[in-house]
Amino acid sequence: MTRLKLATVWLGGCSGCHMSFLDLDEWLFDLAAQVDLVYSPFMDTKEYPEGVDVVLIEGAIANEEHLHMIKTVRERSQILISFGDCAVTGNVTALRNPLGSAEPVLQRCYIEAADIHPQIPQEPGIVPQLLDRVTPVHAVVPVDIYLPGCPPSATRIKAALEPILHGETPQLAGREFIKFG
Amino acid sequence: MTVKTLTINGQLISAREDETVLEAARDAGIHIPTLCYLEGVSEVGACRLCLVEIAGSNKLQPACVTKVAEGMEIQTNSERLQKYRRTIVEMLFAEGNHICSVCVANGNCELQDLAIEMGMDHVRLDYHFPDRKVDVSHDRFGIDHNRCVLCTRCVRVCDEIEGAHTWDMAGRGTNSHVITDLNQPWGTSQTCTSCGKCVNACPTGAIFYKGSSIGEMKHDRAKLDFLVTAREKQQWNF
Repeated sequence: MTRLKLATVWLGGCSGCHMSFLDLDEWLFDLAAQVDLVYSPFMDTKEYPEGVDVVLIEGAIANEEHLHMIKTVRERSQILISFGDCAVTGNVTALRNPLGSAEPVLQRCYIEAADIHPQIPQEPGIVPQLLDRVTPVHAVVPVDIYLPGCPPSATRIKAALEPILHGETPQLAGREFIKFG
Repeated sequence: MTVKTLTINGQLISAREDETVLEAARDAGIHIPTLCYLEGVSEVGACRLCLVEIAGSNKLQPACVTKVAEGMEIQTNSERLQKYRRTIVEMLFAEGNHICSVCVANGNCELQDLAIEMGMDHVRLDYHFPDRKVDVSHDRFGIDHNRCVLCTRCVRVCDEIEGAHTWDMAGRGTNSHVITDLNQPWGTSQTCTSCGKCVNACPTGAIFYKGSSIGEMKHDRAKLDFLVTAREKQQWNF
């Protein structure tokens, strides 16, 4: 039997969902025995590979790099899981949306709140441009499974991944598995 | 007082003639989801979550304001109703700024409970991200309009139980919002008795006790200084 190719991606989020993934503790050994982790912030890989079976997406779509990345991920992955509230709703990453655009955020952070050398970073090709509106992942590409939570608990992550390892679709319902926040 | 007999989800029920479908269902132990309904104040049928199907009519009726009638055949949880209810809850989430992870009511919120009940693992509609205000001008309470679902429970408890009628509605459509007195900061309201009934009535984190949100804790160091001065110098400097 071929091992599932698992990837995890970190977009506009705080990495808390990835931290929660590490809370799977000893189950990570079981998981490692059944999957190949092919792309993740936990490892040193630059290029998102082809033929990924399952991918966990943490974070909302907040800048142009995220937008480009999520399209690549969607093309190259079978099952895409929105991993945590930022991916599912926009959550804290989208708190800036009522301000209307990226400009007031940049002004506040890099000009008004600057102690020295106030300037908005402009490094094309290095620093990605912020999008005017932060969106959840499913607003940009189709999502197969939603895993809400800020962060989703390890129990919840396991409940989503374990059925997939057996070729089944996870059925997430009830307070323990779909409560936001 | 006559007794009406009717069926809810095929179950034979008897109810007093002045009861609503919601009351009759609850007496019979049948759950119908609600949001704007609050026991003890009048019903307004605003949120539409308690819509039910009544045989012989294609029009859905809100259970909280529909009186029972002899021979009524009611369905409370058909596939159509489940679909509508989930959409209603999604609309509420999309219309405001409901960010559970940073909300004072996280874990104690009726809107959040409804989302779980409806199996809402994501919102299919586009979020509006409206620009709404927070008013913390009152000494003891605050209102965060981002979390308000316009259920008008605060308006009704204030008017009907406290008798103050500090709260009311203003605006239309997506601009609808609750106001205090003549649309002025809550802290300047002359009718508010600071009774806190609106805080207890609110289903979400819209109306809250001050000091309950993250970062609001205040340390009163001067109290310590006061005590030391009082003890050592026998001076009570108020």
